[in-house]
Amino acid sequence: MSESVSAAEIAAARPVSSTQGLKEKITVRNLRFYYGDSLALKGIDLPLYDRKVTAFIGPSGCGKSTLLRVLNRMYDLYPGQRAEGEVLLDGNNILAPKQDVNILRSRVGMVFQKPTPFPMSIYDNIAFGIRLYEKVPKSELDDRIESSLRRAAIWDEVKNKLNASGLSLSGGQQQRLCIARTVAIRPEVILLDEPCSALDPISTAKIEELIDELKSDYTIAIVTHNMQQAARVSENTAFMYLGDLVEFGPTSKIFTSPTDSRTQDYITGRFG
Amino acid sequence: MADVALNPSTAEPAAKAVDRASVLRGFRLGDLAFFNLTRGAALLVLVLLGGVIVALIAGALPALQTFGFGFVTSQSWNPVTEKFGALAPIYGTLVTSLIAMLIAVPVGLGIAIFLTELCPPVLRRPIGIAVELLAGIPSIIYGIWGLFVFAPFLQQTLQPFLISVFGNIPILSSVFAGPPYGIGVLTAGLILAIMVLPFITSISRDVFETVPPVLKEAAYGVGCTTWEVVRNVVIPYTRVGVIGGVMLGLGRALGETMAVTFVIGNAHKISASILQPGTTISATIANEFTEAVGDLYTSSLIALGLLLFVITFVVLAFARLMLLRLEKQQGK
Repeated sequence: MSESVSAAEIAAARPVSSTQGLKEKITVRNLRFYYGDSLALKGIDLPLYDRKVTAFIGPSGCGKSTLLRVLNRMYDLYPGQRAEGEVLLDGNNILAPKQDVNILRSRVGMVFQKPTPFPMSIYDNIAFGIRLYEKVPKSELDDRIESSLRRAAIWDEVKNKLNASGLSLSGGQQQRLCIARTVAIRPEVILLDEPCSALDPISTAKIEELIDELKSDYTIAIVTHNMQQAARVSENTAFMYLGDLVEFGPTSKIFTSPTDSRTQDYITGRFG
Repeated sequence: MADVALNPSTAEPAAKAVDRASVLRGFRLGDLAFFNLTRGAALLVLVLLGGVIVALIAGALPALQTFGFGFVTSQSWNPVTEKFGALAPIYGTLVTSLIAMLIAVPVGLGIAIFLTELCPPVLRRPIGIAVELLAGIPSIIYGIWGLFVFAPFLQQTLQPFLISVFGNIPILSSVFAGPPYGIGVLTAGLILAIMVLPFITSISRDVFETVPPVLKEAAYGVGCTTWEVVRNVVIPYTRVGVIGGVMLGLGRALGETMAVTFVIGNAHKISASILQPGTTISATIANEFTEAVGDLYTSSLIALGLLLFVITFVVLAFARLMLLRLEKQQGK
């Protein structure tokens, strides 16, 4: 990473985006989250705007990943974890017990910190998710797989070995394969949980380019520890600290003139 | 500094150097002894295996010379006329093991999946402990339980039911032909299934637990149901370990003696019906060793043992081969 350019400079160079008149794809209202008895999110209110990138920054343990895992109800898998409040996706509360989590997760895709290719071929890794929801003829399936892999900027590297195991790829390729897999299902929202933390700078740059392209079609939420990355890819930034949402606003404002002193301290590297 | 260290005339460092050399020699001796001890232990396995094979072949030679290849293709087992053929025990061994695996593999995998993926935490420990206790029951107990409790129960319930249900279906009617004896090939297969179940369950549970949670989350993250996650991610990821567990169970089923001897009926014949009595290799040996008079009779029993050894070896080799091909397919 070129650390010589500060996150503030990157953010300041971005066109200022106004949040006025934007559609809220996801609205988080007074969200409280518990791991057993301990409170991890202490009442979060936050919008995710349609077809914009929202970055979540903050020191480890502040609840960024937890918030992301609420947005597709991944926490459901673990007994003892529960959420209170409201998370509205297009106006419907996804925390409601009657919400079908499988359908929710097909609408809200997720990419994890570590690449998670399934133990099957590259082709099947992508086809797998598509086949779950749709019956498509082979030729159309091939097209969908190619276009997904192209969108994830990995097509040229794998087009000659689609039958090789997904596990045989390098870490950066695996991560782009996972993004392709997520895109193939045609979700509406993509959640990225530190997608570049295990990647080299070149792969990271590719994935950042990809995020830039994807936002024309998808609403994207990204958790990152890399300030420059947050400044580069996002329109809006949320700074979280100890389970609270300290500050939320346009990225350029958060990085250049934050209103809260804790935000100021964090982005200038005084703690965290 | 360097001068002092290199100066050999200083008495004290020289004495230390001698000390160190002898200590090092001591270490070397210890290392050598350790190396030879562990190597000896490893070689002991080879010697034992070789000894068993040689003894089996030597003991089986008279029978194999007398009957030739006919020993494995002939069904007759007549101690009076001294005509011995191993086909019936081989058939019984394979069929009882097949029945056992047909039942134990799905049930065992089902238990393992439930325990790792679906079970409420309160139940997880009790069921896990119960499975391990099941593995700890000695086979003789399965034998007497099978003979005095399980077989009469089958005779009155399952077997009449099977006979009446399949009685009119062409091929199945001969597979389930009566009368219901209680004891027989099916009963032995069922007992074996119960006996190998804990092996398959506990090994598959252990390997299922090695699946990284994030991989399962990724599958749930594309919208999979639990069944789809297990079917497409957990089982492919753990395939090698699961097959290993199944093979271990199969190895036990092929060689299990006591419980089978109790419930199989010990009849040297091959019948199409699995409700009829039969015998297995190990049951035959256990039953007849004491009464084996005459060299040819004894030799035939040892030849049976050699066959069991070969069958087990072939099954394990086949499993290995299958795993190798699977790994190649996955491109590892």
